[in-house]
Amino acid sequence: MKIKLSQILAHIVLILGVLLMVIPIWLSFASSTHDTVTILKEGMKFGLGDQLTRNYNEVLNEKGGWSEEVTAAKMFINSFIMALGIATLKVIISAMSAYALVYFRFKFAVPIFWLIFITLLVPLEVRIFPSYKIVSDLGLTNSYTGLVLPLVASATATFFFRQFYKTIPDELLESAKLDGANSWRFFIDFLVPLSKTMIAAMFIFMFVYGYSQYLWPLIMTTSEEYWTVVMGMKIIFTESYEGVALPRTAERFAYIILSMIPPVLVVVFLQKWFIKGLIQTEK
Amino acid sequence: MSFLELNKVTKIYPNGTKAVHETSMNVENGEFMVFVGPSGCGKSTLLRMIAGLEDITEGYINLDGILINKVDPSERDVAMVFQNYALYPHMNVYNNLAYGLKNRGISKEDIEKKVNEAAKLLQISEYLQRKPSMLSGGQRQRVAMGRAIVRNPKIFLFDEPLSNLDAKLRIQMRLEIKKLQQKVGVTSIFVTHDQVEAMTLADRLAVINNGLIEQLGTPIEIYNNPKSMFVAGFIGSPQMNFLEGELKNKTLTSEGFEINNVTSDFNGPVILGIRPEHMSQTDKGLINLSVDLVEQLGSDNLIYGEIKNKKDFCFRCPGSQIIKKGSKLSLNINDNNYYVFDKSNGNRVN
Ligand SMILES: Nc1ncnc2c1ncn2[C@@H]1O[C@H](COP(=O)(O)OP(=O)(O)OP(=O)(O)O)[C@@H](O)[C@H]1O
Ligand SMILES: [Mg+2]
Repeated sequence: MKIKLSQILAHIVLILGVLLMVIPIWLSFASSTHDTVTILKEGMKFGLGDQLTRNYNEVLNEKGGWSEEVTAAKMFINSFIMALGIATLKVIISAMSAYALVYFRFKFAVPIFWLIFITLLVPLEVRIFPSYKIVSDLGLTNSYTGLVLPLVASATATFFFRQFYKTIPDELLESAKLDGANSWRFFIDFLVPLSKTMIAAMFIFMFVYGYSQYLWPLIMTTSEEYWTVVMGMKIIFTESYEGVALPRTAERFAYIILSMIPPVLVVVFLQKWFIKGLIQTEK
Repeated sequence: MSFLELNKVTKIYPNGTKAVHETSMNVENGEFMVFVGPSGCGKSTLLRMIAGLEDITEGYINLDGILINKVDPSERDVAMVFQNYALYPHMNVYNNLAYGLKNRGISKEDIEKKVNEAAKLLQISEYLQRKPSMLSGGQRQRVAMGRAIVRNPKIFLFDEPLSNLDAKLRIQMRLEIKKLQQKVGVTSIFVTHDQVEAMTLADRLAVINNGLIEQLGTPIEIYNNPKSMFVAGFIGSPQMNFLEGELKNKTLTSEGFEINNVTSDFNGPVILGIRPEHMSQTDKGLINLSVDLVEQLGSDNLIYGEIKNKKDFCFRCPGSQIIKKGSKLSLNINDNNYYVFDKSNGNRVN
């Protein structure tokens, strides 16, 4: 096989790209296996140290926070629940609202679509006080429902689903109708399977979005029981020394590495669907 | 009472297009009805109203004794084959056929039996596990047919199902559809703009023009006895020749010849229609044709030429007759097989 120069160049560029992505992660991981003092003295490390088990053990099990009650493990679970809830509901709600917009020719469907679209300009951070007021009036502060609910509407996903549904030929709906499918069956038996790659993609994006929420959980939760990973990153693993809070750097690196695991798992798990969708064109 | 009755059915689209005007017709049980007409004449619209995919603006439709105007398409028990087949891309062939049965709550064993029967009938048994994207055009066509047959509906509706196939396959599938319909015996309506397809498939034919049925009858009736110039021009291949003329006291004058004793009391400008196959060569004939072009089809020759002011006049003769470009032919009309139409409105007057 002859390897062309352009191919070699392409590979060099790709390898450089991979290194660019991987090196910081490796640095964090390597650093998480040393003790804090070494890192503070010598900076981030490339080689592995001998503190791996200790650091990770500590991260997962040490009770932190002001009340010394919340563990990192608990925060991972909280974040996971929040991200899962947000991603699942976002996908379901936007797929369904796109279905309504495209297939039910009700009055004002177009203005309603644009209204939904405009909400892209009003992210949660902008409407955070009214949102907080509503959620707290509903008595949902310090609950998973409160963490998830204000974030489940998604203009982006609705838009993508709408664009996709519009490409599905009308005859498909018509022949499904003649085959005795009602609107609900058409959604479940046709739109959902036809858009499964799309659903997987949206789920991944929305999961990562939910997982990385910072401001909302910060405002929403007063009880440490509902703290999330991203909040914890700022708050835990600090040590007081003569009234000054010092970071426990090694543990924090371990914490960062651990915090990456859930989204990575989601991507790894769902990417099979992606690739399937890319290989076999079904339309 | 007929199996399918259309009574003064009218369709006006929301944008104001009047696609079908007060159309009435009856289709008998087991009959193969063909709607034929030029593009945009409202064939599909009429078919889709029967299927329930388009609302009926006015009039009513009865199927098997039931008024179906307001019946949902999913409950009409009709099956439709679309031009682009509309197979379910994410289901394999088996599930494509089985889907309609599942929705009817039929048991798994029965579904399997019915699907296998239909697949055997259509010779698609080998492909049952394949997705539609892995089938050829002809195979997809069969699957679409299978999906219609397997449910054993009250009526089959076909909307130009053969137009995506190549010429050879189209003829083959045409034959198969006809055979299949005779075997299964289900009432069918077939939409096409191809007059050969229409002639060969139909028990009865509805020639549609501008949202109106111009003529309804068996293919032979329509071929022999077209009621209007439109129908005469549309049915028959190659197309009928039309010559301008004048009818006065039963004598027709046209392009340098006269026909006496025309059976019509009409007086005034007319169009004379002569089918290419209704003429033969003689000495001292009525029509003098100077040949411009000869198309040899093997079995037949199509001769195109000029008579006086009329160009591209077509004459059809057996392929055994050798006719050269540039020669002059003398033709007679066989057995008074000619048609006279009122020039002002195209209606037949003889
Ligand atoms: N959804 C619609 N809205 C408005 N007008 C329409 C619509 N569908 C069809 N028409 C119009 O109605 C008329 C009849 O259309 P139809 O599709 O029935 O024609 P057709 O005979 O099936 O033609 P073809 O042979 O090209 O399929 C056309 O003038 C068409 O432009
Ligand atoms: Mg049509």
